[in-house]
Amino acid sequence: MLTYIVRRLLRLIPTLIVISIMTFIIIQLPPGDFFDSLQAQLAESESRADQQAFDALRKQYHLDKPLWKQYLFWIGGCVQGDFGYSFEWRRPVADLIGERLGLTFVMSLGSLVFMWVVAIPIGIYSARNRLSWSDYSLTFVAFIGLCIPNFVIALIAMYASVFWFGGSAGGLFSQEYKYAAWSLAKVWDLLGHLWVPVVVIGAAGTATMMRLMRTSMLDVLDRAYITTARAKGLAERWVIYKYAVRVAINPMISIMGMQIPQLVSGSIIVAIVLGLPTTGPLFYRALETQDMYLAGTFLMLLAVLLLLGNLLADILLALVDPRIRLE
Amino acid sequence: MSEINDTLSTAGQWQLAWIKFRQNRVALVSGVILALMYLMTVFSGFLAPYGPDHRFARRPYVPPQGLHLFASDGLHLPFAYGLKEHVDHTGRTLFTHDPEVRYTLQLFATGDSHSFLGFETDLHLFGIDSAAEDGLFLFGTDRQGRDLLSRILYGARISLTIGLIGVTISVILGAVLGVTSGYFGGWVDELTQRTIEMLRAFPQIPLWMALSAAIPPDVDQITSYFMITLILSLLGWTSLARIVRGKVLSLRSEEFVMAAQLMGASHKRVIFRHLIPGVLGEIIVVATIAVPTMILAESALSFLNLGIRAPMTSWGVLLQEGRNLTTLYFHQWLLLPALFIVITVLSFNFLGDAFRDAADPYTD
Repeated sequence: MLTYIVRRLLRLIPTLIVISIMTFIIIQLPPGDFFDSLQAQLAESESRADQQAFDALRKQYHLDKPLWKQYLFWIGGCVQGDFGYSFEWRRPVADLIGERLGLTFVMSLGSLVFMWVVAIPIGIYSARNRLSWSDYSLTFVAFIGLCIPNFVIALIAMYASVFWFGGSAGGLFSQEYKYAAWSLAKVWDLLGHLWVPVVVIGAAGTATMMRLMRTSMLDVLDRAYITTARAKGLAERWVIYKYAVRVAINPMISIMGMQIPQLVSGSIIVAIVLGLPTTGPLFYRALETQDMYLAGTFLMLLAVLLLLGNLLADILLALVDPRIRLE
Repeated sequence: MSEINDTLSTAGQWQLAWIKFRQNRVALVSGVILALMYLMTVFSGFLAPYGPDHRFARRPYVPPQGLHLFASDGLHLPFAYGLKEHVDHTGRTLFTHDPEVRYTLQLFATGDSHSFLGFETDLHLFGIDSAAEDGLFLFGTDRQGRDLLSRILYGARISLTIGLIGVTISVILGAVLGVTSGYFGGWVDELTQRTIEMLRAFPQIPLWMALSAAIPPDVDQITSYFMITLILSLLGWTSLARIVRGKVLSLRSEEFVMAAQLMGASHKRVIFRHLIPGVLGEIIVVATIAVPTMILAESALSFLNLGIRAPMTSWGVLLQEGRNLTTLYFHQWLLLPALFIVITVLSFNFLGDAFRDAADPYTD
């Protein structure tokens, strides 16, 4: 197992190099650079922009060098934990992303838990009552959930939380806690706000998982060993939870590793709509202003997360399913 | 009964698939809805009472108007009331209907000119007297006093076609690369698989956002439309190529393929005559399910101002109007374009599910 993991990790290295090159190309694609857009902004506000000052700035951040050199500067820094500098925020990218990453993960984990807690029992229930009235209505609700764009769900949830439940519009903290130090009261305040994005972000995933669990469960319930278990007189509860669910849940576990990175990138749009202090809106803003190192590092981070998620998925599956381990 | 059994035992694969598909009522209805929707994009100029940029400057944020048959003096032809403007205590301009003024609904009314199947005309399916100060706003108006129904109908052109064209590109790329890499194997396969692996290492939404942000803001509308379409299909083809490759790998070792090869069939013949028909069912299923994903993606990108940008109109662009919560509170009808997205996506998903069942007609 350990050698397998190490081998997989080593295989990641060439992939990472190609991904970093592709990321760099993508963030270089927009015409001009950050200072061009800044210059344009300054020109609009009629303040005098000094060409020489901009050239000096470009030189300072190596933007005057050929692309491959710029790439080497960036990637060389990345390896040492220096992900470059955000032009707009005038701070190191690592700090900016770092301080928002915690909340992003808390939110994604929350959505993950929500998805599992809601989707798995409903999936089991739906499969056990196949083609019943309740199965149809649950499947239909899941279908609808998949078909509403998540930014619209976010808008509606925000609308509901403000105008029906008297909550605040977006954000994760009330005004008084926004800049306060961490305390129990602040955590409590966070939890009060967190459920909106957690539910919204988890909605589409819940629907997909529910359908997956239902199909997988139906598949298992048809197997001969379930019939055997019933025939020898085992209690139905025992048959379902000890025999059927334990096998039917394997496909869910195998996708769990992928779910966290998917939730982090899936939450971007929702976070922008809800105005959350997470990494998504930061990325969006960076794309708009061509704050290239910030945008690039985030994209790269997500790709790395996805790769690790893949690996984690395989390991998890091997852990829960002895048939795979033995191969 | 025996007649049905006779047909079943002699029917070809496609006939069986059709028989199975026909039994699925929901999918049939979805198919009809989608056909109507796409027909709507052809006739949007004619169906829409106004042009997409026709501004009623004095009629911003008019709530959806109803058509009436009865008035205080009895039964009439369908008509709409005129609008009365008044200002409430917070200084907001509100519109209520003016019982004094009535506009009778006209079929084949004249109005803004639009090009219809290649020629210019000013005929619209319905409308009210174009000389009137008010318009007929069945879905209300936006901030600039533009009729939302007309804008949704025009927006359908972009929102509905972008998914279809994007999927077509994905299907062509995915099918060609999937078949070649499965059939020839070797370095072709290796290269394709590594490329797919790299592309899939990127998370979809952020990659779409980053690439869309790279579209220069000064390109013309058609170019940016096609760039968005290309970006959306960039990742779409990879999953298709994988499925097609897997299927081709298993078909390749089938006896009928070997027989064809032994009889001297060229690669081209084997691929187009024996392999592609064998994977066509899978391709159709995956393509149908990919369309709604692209429609949703386009709407999200446009909503964030990264995809289709004004003055072009798509459903995502229209939803931008409702982005502000206060605006939305007073003008809920601005979310109506979302209803169209949901209906389209729902229909495509039902259709895809039915295709999936029908593509495998030998089970059950």
